[in-house]
Amino acid sequence: MARDSARVALLVGTRKGAFIFHSDASRRQWRLDGPHFLGNIIHHMVLDPRDGQTILMAAQTGHLGPTVFRSTDWGKSWKEASAPPAFEKVEETAGGDKKPRAVDHVFWLTPGHSGYPGTWLAGTSPPGLFRSEDGGATWKGIPGFNDGLIHKIAAAVGDVPGGALLHSILIDPRDASHLYIGISTGGIFESLDAGASWKALNKGVAADFIPTPDPEYGHDPHQVALHPSRPDRLYHQNHCGMYRLDRPSDTWDRIGKNMPREIGDIGFPIVLHPRDPDTVWVFPMDGTTVWPRTSPDGRPATYRTRDAGKSWERQDKGLPERNAWFTVKRQAFSSDAHEPVGLYFGTTSGEVWASDDEGGSWRSIASHLPEIFSVEAGARPQ
Amino acid sequence: MKVLIPPPLHSYTGGASRADLEGSTLDGVMRSLDARYPGIRFRIIDEQDRVRPHIKLFVNAKLAADLGAPVRPEDEIQIICALSGG
Repeated sequence: MARDSARVALLVGTRKGAFIFHSDASRRQWRLDGPHFLGNIIHHMVLDPRDGQTILMAAQTGHLGPTVFRSTDWGKSWKEASAPPAFEKVEETAGGDKKPRAVDHVFWLTPGHSGYPGTWLAGTSPPGLFRSEDGGATWKGIPGFNDGLIHKIAAAVGDVPGGALLHSILIDPRDASHLYIGISTGGIFESLDAGASWKALNKGVAADFIPTPDPEYGHDPHQVALHPSRPDRLYHQNHCGMYRLDRPSDTWDRIGKNMPREIGDIGFPIVLHPRDPDTVWVFPMDGTTVWPRTSPDGRPATYRTRDAGKSWERQDKGLPERNAWFTVKRQAFSSDAHEPVGLYFGTTSGEVWASDDEGGSWRSIASHLPEIFSVEAGARPQ
Repeated sequence: MKVLIPPPLHSYTGGASRADLEGSTLDGVMRSLDARYPGIRFRIIDEQDRVRPHIKLFVNAKLAADLGAPVRPEDEIQIICALSGG
């Protein structure tokens, strides 16, 4: 395949700060910039593909409350949101149906629809959905979720130790009002009216930790992805397997059943090929017994399907052959848009791995970083 | 009154570790602090007006029960980042 020339930036969020890796045009040499906000917990850091220069970062510290920082000069300077995501003040009353909630941290950031520059969406823990219309400077809650759907879900699934998360905020490129979200734990939901109302989208998805057989919601999607050139195709990695959905169907197909039995189909992230809707990567982890959440048998590998999940191939060239007990969190595996596609993942043990041949081979480009929460690839100006 | 500000919040104060502020309640003083250093209050107090779990507010070296506690001009308020974990 013809190789294009590309400079890539990797935005890496860790338990102890943020790092930006800049590649050369071959994507073989990388320059480390950082840490930014050393000691801060960085849950997500995302480049706005609409302007190619705005970066938003979701941050908190062990002591201080959550916030969002914004840079328009590739991290040379940062400005804090003047009104970070926050729930409405609620006066707790006896018998009141609304409990006062506070954002513990911003977990997920999604740039808005291409037709609405400067808009962003954010997901929080506990689950909240927020929108910014000024490039991340100020945020407002979306009432259809924060005052509506979440109360219904919370009543059904109860409190989640450590806090449930709202993630995978997906926008249909054909229709800015058509949204999908994932809640872990809670399930996948769809809105056709920009978040005013929501419908569960969990048919066919296993939830073997819930006593009710085939519940409407309460599932545990770990990451959901929508293909940019075929938006009616979605994939998702769940606590209970890997799935594909081709709309208008509303029933997910468990494509993870085609994974090798000894590997299983449990993991956190799922990454789509930017052009081929049939090609997907996952990073399986051990979800047996007490859920070690490590690479199965200590032998890390990505798995790729090129036929929409009918078959999977192991990709481990260059990765440790044994005794590597890390895993990759849901925001910590991403792709660039080049030819061939570059893949990047960050590990819970603080390593960044890169492949410039679509997973055919891997090499470590950084080690000894703090635990990695997120890795997002963005295009650098040429 | 004097407000002592711990290092994790010095990014808001330009490095200052104390501020002289006015207010008749602890909440009023925290709002004065935010007026001087925008954004600092939300890092200390959540949107339900609760002091965050790993922060403590002391008035004259005594733990304040709530933000409604009255304060006097001669009081000293200390913001503490509570130790937790290893």
